[in-house]
Amino acid sequence: MPDSYDVIIIGGGPAGLTAAVYASREGLNTILLEKMMCGGRVALTANIENWPGTPDGVTGIDLMEKLKQQAQKFGTQITEFAEVTKVEPLEKAVKVVTNGGSYIGKTLIVATGSVPKKLNVPGEDKFYGKGVSYCATCDGPFYKGKDVAVIGCGDSGLQEGESLLGFVKTVTFIAYRPFMKARQILQERVKKKPNAKFLLNHIVTSINGDKTVASITAKERQTDEEQTIDVQGVFVYIGFLPNTNFLQGVVNLDPAGCVITDDNMQTSVRGIYAAGDVRSKKIRQITNACGEGTIAAIAARDYIKEL
Amino acid sequence: MEEGKPISLTDEDFEAEVLKAQTPVLVDFWAPWCGPCRMAGPVLDKIAEEYGGKVKVCKVNVEDQRQVAIDNGIMSIPTLNFYKNGELVDQMTGVTPNYESDIKKKLDSQLE
Repeated sequence: MPDSYDVIIIGGGPAGLTAAVYASREGLNTILLEKMMCGGRVALTANIENWPGTPDGVTGIDLMEKLKQQAQKFGTQITEFAEVTKVEPLEKAVKVVTNGGSYIGKTLIVATGSVPKKLNVPGEDKFYGKGVSYCATCDGPFYKGKDVAVIGCGDSGLQEGESLLGFVKTVTFIAYRPFMKARQILQERVKKKPNAKFLLNHIVTSINGDKTVASITAKERQTDEEQTIDVQGVFVYIGFLPNTNFLQGVVNLDPAGCVITDDNMQTSVRGIYAAGDVRSKKIRQITNACGEGTIAAIAARDYIKEL
Repeated sequence: MEEGKPISLTDEDFEAEVLKAQTPVLVDFWAPWCGPCRMAGPVLDKIAEEYGGKVKVCKVNVEDQRQVAIDNGIMSIPTLNFYKNGELVDQMTGVTPNYESDIKKKLDSQLE
């Protein structure tokens, strides 16, 4: 017989851990299953400037370590390296199957977030860890004084690129669109840096080198004109894909694969909630991920009372 | 060496501790600024405990010990380097979904 819980939470990012704090603090028997390690994508962020109450900013890893401790303090059982392969709604319960066993919950909160999209170009896999990186915070310092490219000019690309500009020789920002998607304030700041270069309306077609990255090839999308840019590092920030493969056919998803919920974070199945970046929504920030985790946990509590 | 706990290495003692070791050596290149490295730390502690005496588990903080990282061609962290008889025999970059068992598989094959 699988272990039973009041609340099963999938995902140890800000939404899942906040839901865990609320649920376990309410006295609900709560387990959090994390595919890898708690922290989520926030753990890859150097400095968070807009986390309320921290005028000097806070590093992603510090915030997430504390949030994890807080969830554990209130009694949440956290199981890391537990990948969920299947979710099965039962009569007034949900069965969750992982690579290391099954669990039964009265409720389920899905907070699985998203993974970075890959470029899917020649050289990307070959040079992963040898010039290609998805975490400028982790790997940036290895590129002191070198030329690098940041692919993607959304908030993540510009924010992480900005931190690189402090110590690399140059950053070439490459945007798929004829304009940059990032917030205006970020664009203004980055544009002022003398070592920032911009290549708009371009798509990267290959990453080249021998043992490590030596250059990238980029193509102008209208004219098809190709150019090779010498860089030793490539940082990829071209968006994210929701982690919802295991939910196909279980709850309603939008065309992008994100989970559709109501205002109480409830999905199309009663007792199953979703919170954070995995939800179908417009704004994806740490603050609203936490807010949604809060709502999901309280909604789950109220639902359990009715059972 | 104190068995069962990872050893912190410096630029100076890398050669003696790793390249001249009698047992296979696992070296974790990490830094305090790297979220995944810090979150993965406990996995390495556990491995050090379980393989105490059979495998030497070491850590290099690349923030302070730059030269070792450069000499070993590290460009991404966390990276795990596996050494046997003074030679680099295997490498893992990033954290994998089955991190602990992936590491153990590599160590077990080197202990055969």
